[in-house]
Amino acid sequence: MSTDTAAGLARNSALVSTRELSKQYRPAGWFSRNSFAIDALVDVNFEIPRGSVTALIGESGSGKSTLARCLAMLEEPDQGEIYFDGQKITGATARDMALLRPRVQMVFQDSAGALNPRFSAAEIIAEPLRIQKWETGEKLRERACELMKEVGLSPDWADRRPLEFSGGQRQRLGIARAIALRPAFLILDESLSGLDLSTQAQILNLLLDLQAAHSLTYLVISHDIGLVGEVADFIAVMYQGKIVEHGSAERVLNNPREVYTRQLLNSVRVVETAFRAAHAGAGR
Amino acid sequence: MKYLARRFVHGFLLLIGVSLLCFVFSDLAPGGFFDEMKLNPQVSAETIAGIRAQYGIDQPFPVRYLRWVQSVVRGEWGYSFAYNSPVRNLLGTRARNTLILATVATALAWLISVPLGVWLASRAGKWGDRACLAGTSLLTSVPEIVLVLALLGFAVRTHWLPVGGMSSVGSGTVLREKAVDLLLHLVIPTTVLVLASLPILVRHVRSSVIEALKAPFIQAARAHGISQARLLFHYALPAAAKPLISLFGLSVAGLLSGGLLVEVVTGWPGLGPLLLESSMSKDIYVVVGIVMFSTLFMIFGNLLADLLLFVADPRVRAE
Amino acid sequence: MGELASNLRSSDANALLRVAGLTVNYGSEGRAMAPALRGLGLKLVAGEIVGILGESGSGKSTLALSLLGLLPANCRVEGSIRYGEQELLSLDDAGWREVRGAGIAIIFQEPGLSLSPVLRVGDQIGEVIRAHRKTTRREREVEAKAILEQVQLKDVDRIAAAYPHQLSSGQLHRVAIAQALACRPKILIADEPTRALDPTIQNEVIDLLRDANRESGTAIIFITHNPALLAGFADRAIVMYAGQIVEAGPVSEVFSRPHHPYTQGLLQLSFRNRGFDSGRFSTIPGMLEDSLKVTQGCVFEPRCHARTPICRNETPTEMVAEPGRRVSCFNHVN
Repeated sequence: MSTDTAAGLARNSALVSTRELSKQYRPAGWFSRNSFAIDALVDVNFEIPRGSVTALIGESGSGKSTLARCLAMLEEPDQGEIYFDGQKITGATARDMALLRPRVQMVFQDSAGALNPRFSAAEIIAEPLRIQKWETGEKLRERACELMKEVGLSPDWADRRPLEFSGGQRQRLGIARAIALRPAFLILDESLSGLDLSTQAQILNLLLDLQAAHSLTYLVISHDIGLVGEVADFIAVMYQGKIVEHGSAERVLNNPREVYTRQLLNSVRVVETAFRAAHAGAGR
Repeated sequence: MKYLARRFVHGFLLLIGVSLLCFVFSDLAPGGFFDEMKLNPQVSAETIAGIRAQYGIDQPFPVRYLRWVQSVVRGEWGYSFAYNSPVRNLLGTRARNTLILATVATALAWLISVPLGVWLASRAGKWGDRACLAGTSLLTSVPEIVLVLALLGFAVRTHWLPVGGMSSVGSGTVLREKAVDLLLHLVIPTTVLVLASLPILVRHVRSSVIEALKAPFIQAARAHGISQARLLFHYALPAAAKPLISLFGLSVAGLLSGGLLVEVVTGWPGLGPLLLESSMSKDIYVVVGIVMFSTLFMIFGNLLADLLLFVADPRVRAE
Repeated sequence: MGELASNLRSSDANALLRVAGLTVNYGSEGRAMAPALRGLGLKLVAGEIVGILGESGSGKSTLALSLLGLLPANCRVEGSIRYGEQELLSLDDAGWREVRGAGIAIIFQEPGLSLSPVLRVGDQIGEVIRAHRKTTRREREVEAKAILEQVQLKDVDRIAAAYPHQLSSGQLHRVAIAQALACRPKILIADEPTRALDPTIQNEVIDLLRDANRESGTAIIFITHNPALLAGFADRAIVMYAGQIVEAGPVSEVFSRPHHPYTQGLLQLSFRNRGFDSGRFSTIPGMLEDSLKVTQGCVFEPRCHARTPICRNETPTEMVAEPGRRVSCFNHVN
């Protein structure tokens, strides 16, 4: 594993860090063949500096979603530790975790699946506030409308159902819901995949604005290294459950050390080169 | 194999549990088989006590239960006071009759429901679909007993069908004549049972297939030029099979118990009338025997459903 | 429309597919909804690779579905789609079934989902063959395996006997493409087959399509929202916006000298450049909804940086900017 995070970064400037995180999936069932286990995470040592945009790149099955879910406290790892702002999450009591949850929020990819189709937009956004009992009644709706404006959605649409929104607007809904509890750390799990280029650009701009306004730290999970390369401060690459490369975005993109990273960058570069050539007017 | 062993053990435990419960409830219910004799002034109390001791009904619960278990092991399944014979002999013929009726009715019901449900799914929302849905709603709202009586009345008026029962006197000894006779007698109870279960089955098939038709691979297959009929039966129906197979398991599980009312009213000599009669007269070992037999069927039905699922869906096999 | 029609007539001879005046409206007569396609026209020559560039709501998927007669029953379709000598819009169900898969085939987004999970992969390919020709089971098996080899799959015996969930995603994509190519269609439509895919698999899919084009002469209509994918792959680019074609021409021409402001904006987006001062990504201002409300004039006008008063009052028709290039804009930059 290549990493140069230690250089120039004091340990306490990491908002989130993991130590030797491991998780396995063992399919249970009637016909249990216990030998068949999947290593989702293998000894993951990972740090996310405060206030940064850190990108986690990997193909499907690399373990990036599992890592995200562990960081978001949606799943428990089998071994290893996770620290958030100096506090140990793994093995924490349910009460401590409940106190931490508002500070770590997640935005998912499949917006149609992540939003309850029977709820209105305002209800979806207000749900975390309602569960945490931060607001009640009329105030809930007010807060929801404020949040909608903050993410660029018109409050007139507060009573519409998710399926009446376009894909990009649904992502904004998901983001509004995620920032409702004023988290410090936002995990975006493939939130930009499957969106049009212009929508991606708009959502990225929104995320950058929100980061500046609320001092957020982002973990952007994606398979599209071309996209995140533009916006990330740090890039980590995952392959088969392990982090194979980790460093500043500039270093990883220009000087990749691992073969896998190079392969990924190649796939993107091939397309990019052809595109620039065409843009410059070269015939086919 | 481990799986089957586990199911076997579960089934066995279930049977024991059910038999215990049967005994408990029989005891809780007031009255006993020989109570009627108490009304007869000519029979003395000692005689009654003596008969009861003879049959062992005055023994405490554990003793009675153990004796019954021994009887089961011996193959007799207890003793019927009313018929004066081991329960097994009674159950034999009756169960066979019930199975004849139930199997024919269930098979027919499924054979009609599946194509009908698929056809409705392909025409969801159009007038044919709506008409059939309205029709099935109507059917569910008509109580079984009304259907039976209506058909019996019809049989009386027209003399086309025998009015209840399973065989008519003088139906002859030739196999063919007997078969025809059996079929004629089957018509009324089978029709009622089929009409009673059709609405549920058709709707389930219809909604499962409608769901399956929404899958992307159906659109893709249509885009490749596959015909509508092939799409429905070769692509959509297999994909819709899971919930239907579970339903089928339930059908088999309820084979013995489903037709009770119909059997009683049409005089079909199956387990239904026997169960009714024995419950009323507190011929408890017959009751226990029938309930156990039904439970066995239920276990079998569920197992069958799981096995069918295993065969039908390759994804289940992979697990 | 007049210019377009004359363009078509002049080179009708070797056109494999000719679309003219295609207008599609979703929904019943009572509800006034913006048409999904407005008077669309295009031409495809045998063996060509045409890229259709469009974002969500541009009507590109509607176009794809209309070429296969797969639009929902409540759509009103007007215009003409000529495939060879046949007028497709006058076909009945049986007629469409002959064309689908054998003449014009399609692969959709997430190709892995286009396979039934309970049937073996080889059988599914066989089904497509069976739908178009009389064959024996043996013949179908052999052909299915041959097609699987054609898409660079190894160990075809095992793959043909496998179920979809037993294959890797890379294999699934190849199988899906094989299924579409099973009856050697003259035209293969690929509707965003690479959306949300890893860059490596993206390139694999495009390579497969390129090979199919080279080896079998299959014309390809590649629909995407990302211009970068068309470079080095497609011959021509057709840019769609809000149900209309706004620009068309050879890929390198359109990419190096885009005439329509929307094309310019789209190309800028593909570079994913962040503004030096603002640190923000450049976007096309406004939203598609603004365009859908337009009843008069150019649909792109609300979002256009080069708009002039005439754009609001009159609808631009397709003009020939140079030989082989069309634009729908009053102010196109040369």
